[in-house]
Amino acid sequence: MKYLIALLPGMLVGAALFLMLLYHNPFVGNPTVSPLLVSDQQLIELSYSPVPAESIAVTNNGEAPAQPSPDGIDELWEPGVRKTRVLVTPLADVRGDLVGIGIKFSSDSETTRLLNAEAMVDSVWHIWMPERGSLFIDQTENLWPYLRHVVMPARLSSSDNWRGTWFGTTTAGPGALGTARVTGGSGQFAGFVSEAIESVNAGAWTVDGGPAALNGTLTIALSAQTAD
Amino acid sequence: MIRTFSIGILLGIALAAGLLYFIPAVDQHREASMISVLPNGGNAETFHINLPEDQLLSSPSGTGEVIPGGLEWPQESGLADAQTGLYKLRNRNDIVVGVASRVTTADSGNDSAVEWTLHLPARGSIYAMLQSTGDASGVRAGSMLAGTREFANLHGSVRESFLDATDETGRIELVAALAGHLEEAP
Repeated sequence: MKYLIALLPGMLVGAALFLMLLYHNPFVGNPTVSPLLVSDQQLIELSYSPVPAESIAVTNNGEAPAQPSPDGIDELWEPGVRKTRVLVTPLADVRGDLVGIGIKFSSDSETTRLLNAEAMVDSVWHIWMPERGSLFIDQTENLWPYLRHVVMPARLSSSDNWRGTWFGTTTAGPGALGTARVTGGSGQFAGFVSEAIESVNAGAWTVDGGPAALNGTLTIALSAQTAD
Repeated sequence: MIRTFSIGILLGIALAAGLLYFIPAVDQHREASMISVLPNGGNAETFHINLPEDQLLSSPSGTGEVIPGGLEWPQESGLADAQTGLYKLRNRNDIVVGVASRVTTADSGNDSAVEWTLHLPARGSIYAMLQSTGDASGVRAGSMLAGTREFANLHGSVRESFLDATDETGRIELVAALAGHLEEAP
């Protein structure tokens, strides 16, 4: 019995130590530089805000901090879509001019491996720009650095929020260099195949409402190849 | 006592690592794929949307109703020209298996087109472009431009039809007929 009394607390301490090491793993970096940003390709940048109040519409299973909006939008409560989020947002160019509409579908990915600091999300963008055409972007995102540096500190904070400055690239694939795959649809982008990355610039996050000050940027390479 | 405690620590570390390694952190709900095999070796799968209950969003367009009522759509030039819809997507058994967006574009100087993105969380996504006008029976045909995960190496056609449609109710049926790329014989 006395061995059991010593063993059980030891196991709890061991598990806690392991989780602490996983959380503070010094070998996990925060990707801030993408191969796209250091190449000489011509790029197009589209920025958006995932903050519900600044978006056109947001929906999820209703249990996420960012509540579905506007009022009356249906929640994704069915088992097949419970782990999916949809964002409909205006897209602005580098001058801040509204140039299009983006619809982002994101689902928790079964390739998530917390042991490897990988909180993976499968996401696709359906983008339409009136002057230019439409695009489809397919990517796998690793949200671990975002969760580690923004969401968890907010949850652990006694004031239930986080304020600061955090920048990171969330795109982790499927391209060999960790880039997203872009397929053109209509207009100027018809037959267009390229690469992109998505990055996030966070300023505030609250447990009650999710992102409070956050900007996302899609950087798309314009060195088009033609789809065969 | 100290030695047992130390052994407990090691066991705790091993147990936590083992649990994280063997138990998946994410397990997406899966429905069986309801497919029909095509003569070319591909498969056809039918999805549908029940209106109005599966409509999550509808942008302002013509006399159509804006859904949800409080939706504020940007009024900037050009953006109001596209009709955007967001839907829940059902399989042949009437079970929700994904979400979908439909954008009808009327691009400046270009032909208009109907675009669909079908997102099935457990399987992948399909991006398809359809003709803006349907045939005599109202069926719009088009092709899949891109696919992800399960659909990544497939190509084929997508057809859209409105069934039992009135102003506010009805059913949108989407049939994806997809096949793998043919490989050249050695």
